[in-house]
Order: sequence, then C-alpha cells, then structure tokens
Amino acid sequence: MTASIQLQQDAATQYLLRLGDTCLILGQRLGEWTGHAPVLEEDIALANMALDLIGQARALLSHAGTAQDFDEDQLAFLRDERDYRNATLVELPRGDFAFTVQRNLFVATLLKLLWQQLATSTDAELAAIAGKAVKEARYHQQHAADWVVRLGDGTAESARRSQAALDQLWRYVPELFDTDAVDDAAAASGLGPRWADVQADWRVEVGEVLAEAGLQPPADSPFRSTGKRGVHTEHMGHLLATMQHLQRAFPGGAW
Amino acid sequence: MSDTQHAEDVANQVANEWPLWEVFLRTRAGLDHKHCGSLHAADAAMAIQMARDVYTRRQEGCSVWVVPSAQITASDPADKAMYFDPAEDKVYRHPTFYTLPTEVDHM
Repeated sequence: MTASIQLQQDAATQYLLRLGDTCLILGQRLGEWTGHAPVLEEDIALANMALDLIGQARALLSHAGTAQDFDEDQLAFLRDERDYRNATLVELPRGDFAFTVQRNLFVATLLKLLWQQLATSTDAELAAIAGKAVKEARYHQQHAADWVVRLGDGTAESARRSQAALDQLWRYVPELFDTDAVDDAAAASGLGPRWADVQADWRVEVGEVLAEAGLQPPADSPFRSTGKRGVHTEHMGHLLATMQHLQRAFPGGAW
Repeated sequence: MSDTQHAEDVANQVANEWPLWEVFLRTRAGLDHKHCGSLHAADAAMAIQMARDVYTRRQEGCSVWVVPSAQITASDPADKAMYFDPAEDKVYRHPTFYTLPTEVDHM
C-alpha cells in the first residue's frame, strides 16, 4: 500500500481542488454507467462525458499540484477523503437514468457558467483550461437538458422517477453557491468568481429546463452538505476505495 | 404461449422500439457527406445528438446528417446483375484519358 500525500490547503489550492475534484468525482460516477446505460448510444455518450470530465480534472489537478511538486496521479489517487473538495452532489451514487441526467444538468450548467468567467482568470493556465472546457460543458448541458425534458415530460413512470430524482437532488444545490473565505480570496485575486456569482444565471437556465420538463423543485431546506470543505457523505469512502485501489496496490502503475 | 400471442408480442416489441436512422458524416469542409452507420433514436434531434456521440468521437466529422432508414428506397439485390454488370466492359465511360490539373481535388 502507498501512503497518502499531505497537501497544503491554501485558498488558491482549495479553489482549484473544488473545481478539479467536482470534475473528477462526477467523471468516476459517470464511468460507472459503462456497460449499463439503457441503450448503446447513451452508454457511449456517458462514457464520452466521463472522459471529458476526467480530462478537465487532469488539467486542474496537475495545475493545483505543481507548486507542491505533486503530479495529477498523486492528487487523484493518493489523497485522504478529507482532502477531496468536490461538491457533495457529485459523490452521490449514480441512481437511475433520470437521476443521472438531472445531476449532469445541474453540474454542467454550473461548470459552463464558471468556465465562461474563468476564461478571463488572472491565472493564465486556468484561463486556458477554461477556454477549452467550456465547449465540452456546453454540450454536456445540452445533452442533459434534452433528456431531463424527455423524461420529465414523458411517460407517467419517467415523470414519477424524474420528480423523485429532483426531490432527492435539490437538497444538495445550496452547497454549490455557499460562499466562504476560499471564494472571497479567489474573487479578490482575480483567480476566479465566487461560485455564488453564477447562481442567478444557474437558476434561470436550470429553471427553464425544469419548467419545460414539468418538474417542480421542492421547497428549500435548511440542510447544507459540506463536500467543498472536505466533509463528505458515507458514499465517498466507497467511491474512493474503488477509484484508488489500483494506485494504492500497484504504486505508480501505468499502462 | 400461443402462436398468435407470440406474434402479437413481437409486433408490440417492434412498435415500441425506437426507429432506425442512417447517419452521414462530412469529414472536412468541402467534402460530401458519406454514410457511416446507423443507430436507434426516438426522433431526429436525439438521432443527431447520438450520432455526434457515437460517430464523431475521434474527429471523424464536422457535420452530421441523419435520415430515417424507412425513408430510403434501395435497389433490389436480385437486380444486381441486370443493373450493374453491363457497365463492366465500358471503360470508355471513365474520364481516365484526361490529365487533371492538380488544383482539381476530389474528382
């Protein structure tokens, strides 16, 4: 077994990890659909998106680790659970197809809006990553929105499952737009926007899709998930065990 | 299960399946769209999206067409000899006796 790395979590590093880990963990969850999607074409589509997200994660984690001399693999596979800073939303089990496409809609809309602003980051490398990633996110958003409408506005069964997915997911949305010192530091230095800065646009874009799908978000609850601060749900440990197993068992393994 | 029941089940399955679409890709601007395969999709918009995911993953194209397979009328394989074999010995129909200027690509 390989020991975990210890990462200094300054504000800029945490900001990059929140983005990179959100991409990485959703990529891992979408990868779980490989061989299990309802039709062959969607199997390929979900795998494509998983690879897009993991590509974005690679770039972000490489960038986040450079200053401390860690590479992307060490960051992806050799951190302890508490050092992952993804939004809790993406670590939830993959659920059914309705759950998956709705979560994709939420995350793709968020990432698209963030990438658009990050394209003018004072960090030139982050700006370059954002410039490339925004095209991918735009497609992910369109693909997810298309399915959310089809399922929400589909059969009685697909509408029931879609509403159930929304009821389950909605509680994890407020965390996306909570502001703390990490966001303030990024906004002050010009590294990137507070995630809360894109909340209004997110609500409009997601709201339009949900309305077209005939889905009604539940009332807001006081519950706050805390993945962006490193405190995760019980699902995260299982996900990491699967994801990290190979690098822990065969350190530096490559193929 | 009776034969009629079975036949009905098969008919229902077919009726519930998404229709088949033929996919055509343009590999580069200026070239024509070429047939590259087929897929099942509920409607044209979904077919375009799926074609993008299934057939353009390795930069194969810059434009996609989809056509309902049912809309394609094909020649009868039994007519193959009558339709196509007579062209075999008509070499004079090939424009191979000209030298093309190099600027004329893709003739």
